[in-house]
Amino acid sequence: MSWLSEFGAIFAMQGFNGLSVFCVLLLMALGLAIIFGQMGVINMAHGEFLTIGAYMTYLMSSLTTRYAPSMQPYYFFAAIIGSFVIAYGVGYLTERLMISRLYKRPLDTLLATWGLSLVMQQTFRSVFGAKEVTATLPDWLLGSFKPTDSIDIPLNGLFIMGLTVVMTGGIFLLLFRSRWGLQVRATMQNRLMSGAVGINTRKVDRTTFALGCGVAGVAGSAFTTIGSTGPTSGSLYIVDTFLVVVFGGAQSLIGTIASAFSIAQTQSTSEFFLSGSMAKVLTLSIVILILLLRPQGLFSAKVRK
Amino acid sequence: MNAAYEKLLGGRQGAFGLLVLSLLLLVVFPLLFDSFRLNLVGKYLSYAFVAVGLVLCWGYGGILSLGQGVFFGLGGYCMAMFLKLEASDPISTKIQSTPGIPDFMDWNQITQLPLMWQPFHSLSLTLIAVVVVPTLLAFIIGVAMFKRRVGDVYFSIVTQAIAAILSILIIGQQGWTGGVNGITDLKTMLGWDIRSDSAKLILYFVNAGLLLACVLFGRFILTSKLGRLLMAMRDKEERVRFSGYDVASFKVFVFCVAAAFSAIGGAMFTLQVGFMSPSFVGIVPSIEMVIYAAVGGRMSLLGAVYGTLLVNFGKTYFSEAFPELWLFLMGGLFITVVMYFPNGIAGLYETQGKKLLARLRRSPIPTSKISIAATPVSTRISDLSIDGAHLEGSQ
Repeated sequence: MSWLSEFGAIFAMQGFNGLSVFCVLLLMALGLAIIFGQMGVINMAHGEFLTIGAYMTYLMSSLTTRYAPSMQPYYFFAAIIGSFVIAYGVGYLTERLMISRLYKRPLDTLLATWGLSLVMQQTFRSVFGAKEVTATLPDWLLGSFKPTDSIDIPLNGLFIMGLTVVMTGGIFLLLFRSRWGLQVRATMQNRLMSGAVGINTRKVDRTTFALGCGVAGVAGSAFTTIGSTGPTSGSLYIVDTFLVVVFGGAQSLIGTIASAFSIAQTQSTSEFFLSGSMAKVLTLSIVILILLLRPQGLFSAKVRK
Repeated sequence: MNAAYEKLLGGRQGAFGLLVLSLLLLVVFPLLFDSFRLNLVGKYLSYAFVAVGLVLCWGYGGILSLGQGVFFGLGGYCMAMFLKLEASDPISTKIQSTPGIPDFMDWNQITQLPLMWQPFHSLSLTLIAVVVVPTLLAFIIGVAMFKRRVGDVYFSIVTQAIAAILSILIIGQQGWTGGVNGITDLKTMLGWDIRSDSAKLILYFVNAGLLLACVLFGRFILTSKLGRLLMAMRDKEERVRFSGYDVASFKVFVFCVAAAFSAIGGAMFTLQVGFMSPSFVGIVPSIEMVIYAAVGGRMSLLGAVYGTLLVNFGKTYFSEAFPELWLFLMGGLFITVVMYFPNGIAGLYETQGKKLLARLRRSPIPTSKISIAATPVSTRISDLSIDGAHLEGSQ
């Protein structure tokens, strides 16, 4: 019987690995699901908003270790809020100064935000240096959870999973169960009509974009628990993130979750047989092939074109 | 004769613009620069092929491909494979454990030339492959996407992902492709040393000539009925479709032409620079090539060439003098051009330069002569008709 329990342990841990990749992908894609999925804005600087959150967490961690070491166990919660606030603020400014002038030209938004991402990357490099930095994690995030002798589940992975669930639930409630979400969806469906019934559509645009950026900031903050942060960390994720949202069907939150799940499982399963880079090639190719066959993505909202 | 003159050269103004560019490329640059600098200009001009292709498919066709580096790279790799095979003849590679195959294959314990490499022993097959392989890929992507009416934005994202896939694939398959270093140490073409100064001069002229030919061909497309249709599709795709045109086929065609141009540019790049690597295939170079076209003017074939030269001169100068500043400048350039000068240098020339010229000559140019490039993007037919429809509806 011992081989069976060992097999079970491997299976559980492998499954957990897939789940961690899934959570990471989903966290990254949530902000974009709002910005690209709901608003249709192609924000190529999305990865940099992630990096803002990561650097904010790093900053908070070094400040606490220097000035208030006793607060060390709790700083992380403040860091998450701080990351959200700063990414929200920068996103708000970006919408105000740049995106709002380009709504009629979606492809130009793509180029302008790509320019923004270059500027932001260089800013990070000038401020924090080209070397990657790591936040000092509070003790309760280190170590692992061991339900049996052979199963070993890292705590930071569990933490990210919990955060993913909270964020996804929160965004779902906000978009589909709140008055604000109703205004957002109405504006995106029919801008003129929404304006006519008294929704301030310009304000909705600004807050929606900023919220998407803020969510990216929280994701960045969560990433500091599993990896180090460099000026170009965020841009590495941009292709995957867009593919997750497009593959899921841009307007559907469930679709984003399903596509993050299937992409993560394909990636981690094929990594079992192939090298990391070839597993990535395989996963991306499968996604592209399915998109060629079904351009509207997995779950498409019923829209008249 | 007169009709051909109108069509190819775009009348007196078009002919004048082309003449200035030809003089600049074929006379002024070779006289002005030494061999090293001229080779550098030649490298920039090989990027200009991509920019000219982008003017066709993005500026006029409305298809923004973020994967032009894929076609540039494939063209370049085809050429590099031929040159590499010639450089790895059994005599000069006799210290390898398997003589006669490229050195990086030997380092990766490959003992036999892969089948994929076999056709590249022959120059004629290589020259065909340079154009056909990338065009075929563009055709497959184009048919799959446009026949299913995939939107512009989705197309951009998918092409970008394809660029990512190809660059990861090239880096991952080291034994077949040379990995992250690419294919290096290219020496001769049919025994002709491409690294000598005289060869570089000849290659520069071949490159410039091909580029001018591509510009001419592009202009031929744009002044034909096809060009009109492309613009009509960009602005009001449904109407063109309802008029009975097969919109997808036109899009596929113009995307293939852009891919073929990029591939020629890639092959010329390999010949002039002497290597090819995945750093010209991925997402970053692909988007950078879009900015060349944007700076030059997405509606102007000639502008694309100037835009490429300008951005690259700037890049070389600033990244040497102020490396910190370069990304700020490049990013700033993206943002400013896209937001405030959507028609780039060519647009500025059309609106400001001509006024200046006219004032100098004190003879106003008749407005009817100003070409399509003068139309600012914001007043394209689509916007006008949306506003028009909106006005009609509200009355």
